[in-house]
Amino acid sequence: MAALELRNVRKTYGNAAQEALKGINISIEAGQFLILVGPSGCGKSTLMNAIAGLEDISSGAILLGGEDLTGVEPKDRDIAMVFQSYALYPTMTVRENIAFGLKIRKTPAEQIAAEVDRVAKLLQIEHLLDRKPSQLSGGQQQRVAMGRALARRPKLYLFDEPLSNLDAKLRVEMRTEIKLMHQRLKTTTVYVTHDQIEAMTLGDRVAVMKDGAVQQFGTPQEIYNNPANLFVASFIGSPPMNFIPVALENHEGRPGVRLDSAGGSVCLPLPQLASNLADGREAVLGVRPEQIGLGRGQEAGGPVLEARVQVVEPTGPDTLVYVEVNGVQVCCRIAPVDTPAIGSNMLLELDIERLVLFDPTTGARIA
Amino acid sequence: MADSLSRKRLSFNRIAIHATLLVACAVYLVPLLVMLLTSFKTPDDVRAGNLLTLPVEWTLIGWVKAWDTVQSYFWNSFMITVPAVIISTFIGALNGYALSKWSFKGSNLLFSLLLFGCFIPFQVILLPMSFTLGKLGLANTTAGLVLVHVIYGLAFTTLFFRNYYVGVPDALIKAARLDGAGFFTIFWKILLPLSTPIVMVSLIWQFTQVWNDFLFGVVFASGSAQPITVALNNLVNTSTGAKEYNVDMAAAMIAALPTLLVYIFAGKYFVRGLTSGVVKG
Amino acid sequence: MSLSEVQTMRTGTVTPTRKPDHLQRWLPKLVLAPTAVAMIVCLYGYMLWTAVISLTSSRFMPLYKFAGLDQYERLLNNDRWLMACKNLAVFGGLFIGLCLVIGVFFAILLDQRIRREGFIRTIYLYPMALSMIVTGTAWKWLLNPGLGLDKLLRDWGWEGFRFDWLVDPDRVIYCLLIAAIWQASGFVMAMFLAGLRGVDSSIIRAAQVDGASLPTIYWRIVLPSLRPVFFSAVMILAHIAIKSFDLVMAMTSGGPGYASDLPAVFMYQHTFTRGQMGLGAASAVLMLGAVLAVLVPYLYSELRSKRHG
Repeated sequence: MAALELRNVRKTYGNAAQEALKGINISIEAGQFLILVGPSGCGKSTLMNAIAGLEDISSGAILLGGEDLTGVEPKDRDIAMVFQSYALYPTMTVRENIAFGLKIRKTPAEQIAAEVDRVAKLLQIEHLLDRKPSQLSGGQQQRVAMGRALARRPKLYLFDEPLSNLDAKLRVEMRTEIKLMHQRLKTTTVYVTHDQIEAMTLGDRVAVMKDGAVQQFGTPQEIYNNPANLFVASFIGSPPMNFIPVALENHEGRPGVRLDSAGGSVCLPLPQLASNLADGREAVLGVRPEQIGLGRGQEAGGPVLEARVQVVEPTGPDTLVYVEVNGVQVCCRIAPVDTPAIGSNMLLELDIERLVLFDPTTGARIA
Repeated sequence: MADSLSRKRLSFNRIAIHATLLVACAVYLVPLLVMLLTSFKTPDDVRAGNLLTLPVEWTLIGWVKAWDTVQSYFWNSFMITVPAVIISTFIGALNGYALSKWSFKGSNLLFSLLLFGCFIPFQVILLPMSFTLGKLGLANTTAGLVLVHVIYGLAFTTLFFRNYYVGVPDALIKAARLDGAGFFTIFWKILLPLSTPIVMVSLIWQFTQVWNDFLFGVVFASGSAQPITVALNNLVNTSTGAKEYNVDMAAAMIAALPTLLVYIFAGKYFVRGLTSGVVKG
Repeated sequence: MSLSEVQTMRTGTVTPTRKPDHLQRWLPKLVLAPTAVAMIVCLYGYMLWTAVISLTSSRFMPLYKFAGLDQYERLLNNDRWLMACKNLAVFGGLFIGLCLVIGVFFAILLDQRIRREGFIRTIYLYPMALSMIVTGTAWKWLLNPGLGLDKLLRDWGWEGFRFDWLVDPDRVIYCLLIAAIWQASGFVMAMFLAGLRGVDSSIIRAAQVDGASLPTIYWRIVLPSLRPVFFSAVMILAHIAIKSFDLVMAMTSGGPGYASDLPAVFMYQHTFTRGQMGLGAASAVLMLGAVLAVLVPYLYSELRSKRHG
């Protein structure tokens, strides 16, 4: 296992105006699990192919275990990859698929057999070893694809949206298994996905990408709690963060924002907001659904919002309630016992410490 | 799509359709039948009867004489066809692989230029080619004809393999590269085992093309180096002596048999070569 | 510390890079190189060479004495060449048209859930496996004046039947046509049958629900959707027609006289047997031009539809 470092990696196609990667800087330690997440076309797959050596980069450097990989052929990089389509060799049996990389590297036969056994046991595919890929189910193919990557014990594992071809139930199962495997084997891994839940659950480190640039790089919790900009805030979290257009103003000497709802107008003080910004300018207030709780009334302290209930969606563990604030629909996650009636007014309390503010035009974080 | 149609009116329409199809079958088969009947007749019998009368006495004299005449040319064709087919298919497979899976700047242009080679009338290269073969000392040789057939067959074989390999997922190649396989290892171990259908298409296409060729044979070979098509044409169109139609027909059958057998035993691939490869362009 | 400083500092710790594997990068190009060279020389180079010869007064040997467009002028005043072109127009036009009609007709019949469809298809298509020389030999015998069809029908009781088109300068071209159609129509049938099988059956069911009759469905819905097959077929048939050489050589050698000459035969005979190299080269160039006239619009529409698709 080895540490991976990307230094100012750039990739341009044809004319220089079209940049697929705009100077990516990411570094993870040996054994860490890095997630590259973003919408399609954000450059995450290009970046992964660049790490694998399947695509050349225009400038910058990729270092694996301190060694510069520039110009090194994929076959010499000692990297294994699990593909979205699994890419199992159709004419070979499962055993031959797993052994292929070892055979090419001229590993002794008994060592190959031992390694295939180990991997098969690990992934519980021993009974499938003599089948062809076409005789396997999607989930089984997925396991074999992982087995093929595990057999070589490479320096780095790459996963290219490995779960997106599975049905919902299997996807959750395999996600847990990948996590378990990583905890046991401590392999350095780069995992590409467009699914923010996979990103949150699997990663030690997450890089959120958009338009060929890293928007934010950090632990899942940092990214969830402290989004660097509007894009990251909207991409991570389900149901997504609420964005309420507000004006920043000073209320009784304290900076805050005004919220209008069915119950009237409330000024919400925001201690994290620098007072020199509170000059009436427009902003976007970011509130996660779970940061809106049922209000206990004025006496509990803190400002309380009264809003009309429009839609109620019970999900089982929680209930999602949609109310209107400042003219937009806002989602709140509350305990099922507190479920209000549609059309009634309900009291809401916001977790002021964790609210975030963005600039509406640039999307940059203000506070 | 016929599933949904015409289940009801079985009666007259169905009979008319079947009858038409059977008459057409007869029309397509008659020339072959006539060739066979004539080849088993004696020359006198040929003159006495007509196209469809059975031989009075079934005889092989036509076949024996035809074989004596064209035997050496038959083997010439064989010696030209086998290497030309194998070489052009092999190079075509490698080309198709490189063009589809290792595309580089200019590879599309190269392919377009090659594609055009499928369509040009060969008359436009005959003269320079004959000078070149003369300079190389390959005029009137089997080797020369092999070379010509390989060069002008490559456009088709490359097209077949390129179109087939485009359908093979790129991820397979990437996986193999990361597994440590290089250019040739991937070709031998991953792609070639997948290629049986298209190899068959290419082999059969090239076999019929080269075996049936007349233009290159008549221009680049003369005398004892001629392929069977040229020899057959000479035999049939000589004006000396009395025409022996039974010998002509037997010789034509001998020239036709290899490709007919290929068609009968591997017709599926023959049709696929004719339709898919050429049509897609 | 600026970013670039960080970079230079870190670069110091990097172990020397492994030697890039240049051979791997060049292999695809190396593999394609022989084909590329052969193609550029033996296809495009030779084309140019032929064009150059067509501008000279070469006869038995190439002679690089330029004569401008003399050969083309001679060609356009040459009765035999004009006859060959006229023959090609008649032969090619009828060949393409009739092959299409016959091919489409039998493809539709075969599409009616025929029990022995595979067998019948095999019979329709087998002539395509034969050499044109064999086809020519067979039809030359079938159409033989005196012993062929002629005699067959008289033996069958049609006393006055005469069939001597093979030696009739005005009709000999139709003999070639019969043989060529016999050989290629099954192929057109196979192409259209494959196309018919690809038509979405739900469209046809929808039309049936709308009350359309079977001929209407084929004429208004199915055949228009086979436009691409139609173009491909025309393309291939035109190509066969322009290149037709073997068939003429086997059946008539261009005779009687030069009544059944086609451009391909003209080119061969003038270049290789009559010592008119310049004239032959000029005719080859014009043949190329004819093919291009068909090919370029076809490829253009192909590429355009691909870009839109």
